Amino acid sequence: MGKFKNFTNGLVKENPTFRLLLGMCPTLAVTTAALNGLGMGLATTVVLIGSNVVISALRKVIPDEIRIPAFVVIIASFVTIVGMVLQAYVPSLYSTLGIYIPLIVVNCIIMGRAEAFAFSHPVFDSLLDGAGMGLGFTMSLTVLGSIREIIGAGTIFGVQIMSSGYEPALIFIMAPGAFLTLGLSIGLINKITEIIERKKAVKEDELA
Amino acid sequence: MKILLILVSGIFVNNFILSKFLGICPFLGVSKKLDTAVGMGVAVTFVMTLASAITYIVQYAILNPLNLEYLQTIAFILVIAALVQFVEMVIKKTSPTLYMALGVYLPLITTNCAVLGVTILNIQNEYNFIETIINGAAGALGFTLAIVLFAGVRERLELSDIPKPLQGFSIALISASLMAISFLGFSGMI
Repeated sequence: MGKFKNFTNGLVKENPTFRLLLGMCPTLAVTTAALNGLGMGLATTVVLIGSNVVISALRKVIPDEIRIPAFVVIIASFVTIVGMVLQAYVPSLYSTLGIYIPLIVVNCIIMGRAEAFAFSHPVFDSLLDGAGMGLGFTMSLTVLGSIREIIGAGTIFGVQIMSSGYEPALIFIMAPGAFLTLGLSIGLINKITEIIERKKAVKEDELA
Repeated sequence: MKILLILVSGIFVNNFILSKFLGICPFLGVSKKLDTAVGMGVAVTFVMTLASAITYIVQYAILNPLNLEYLQTIAFILVIAALVQFVEMVIKKTSPTLYMALGVYLPLITTNCAVLGVTILNIQNEYNFIETIINGAAGALGFTLAIVLFAGVRERLELSDIPKPLQGFSIALISASLMAISFLGFSGMI
């Protein structure tokens, strides 16, 4: 049960995008379409799992004072590997994501998890934590990408779903739409959390 | 002429924050007060211009001759991290007052994607040395402009009556969206 919690933590309770507001640059930049969000999310997940495992395995070897440069080198190596793999097997995704692939290095989620979790926990726990955080990030990116793609282009994953009479609101796949979609989503999630908490409080009152 | 074009494009048309989404973390994190935003902007301008120049030399004097282009990401991030540390030490030694003002922001800059982003873009766009420095400075000035304007907006937001679920980051992002729309107006310039 305890191990499982490491995994689910990143999905909802500490969702990196909507809860912790980490890794905002790729979140806003690549979510112009659902597929791009999914691709970016998975690439980040791979890097996150890899760096978490290696950092956790080396945590007794790395001196405390120089841990940040050590983390950066490990993370940058995984990013380079992921970039090369994408370039070789999915060149179309590689060119759409463009500069945001090398920029995974400075994604605060990865550095944050290395510092807050992997450096002080065993390998397997770190692997689960990386996978959970990564999938939470992937999920948020895919959701944001889908919303923007549906409103801004009338499609999802490239498939037309709006009727032909629908005039796409182009602004949603341009820069302002990114800020707007994320801002409104966070507002909506806050509202839902508030309602759930109020219901919980009422239930506790009834019991008492 | 090309230099002027790069300058205008970097500051207004392809603003790093509002159209390229680079450096969003400090944009949201340190824009609550006007003076901290100015401090962050100055620190970023300094580091970005310097980093552009140094990574240009690293790319063309070390990586290219040795056929090590695939190490670009690792090399650049290390250069930036070392540079930030170095700048911090120099400022601390030479100007304690400036250090007091910028000190807390300097370590944050290492993980600012605008810095790594501009260095990689410089190489991708095949700028020469002068254009590289201009592009670094222009990107940084655009960053400063956006973060300072945004801090002004957020100081006003603190005092306004906002529905509870929208308070905090939510309304900040919505205001950023409106700012991005107004910056879209520059896109016809080039």
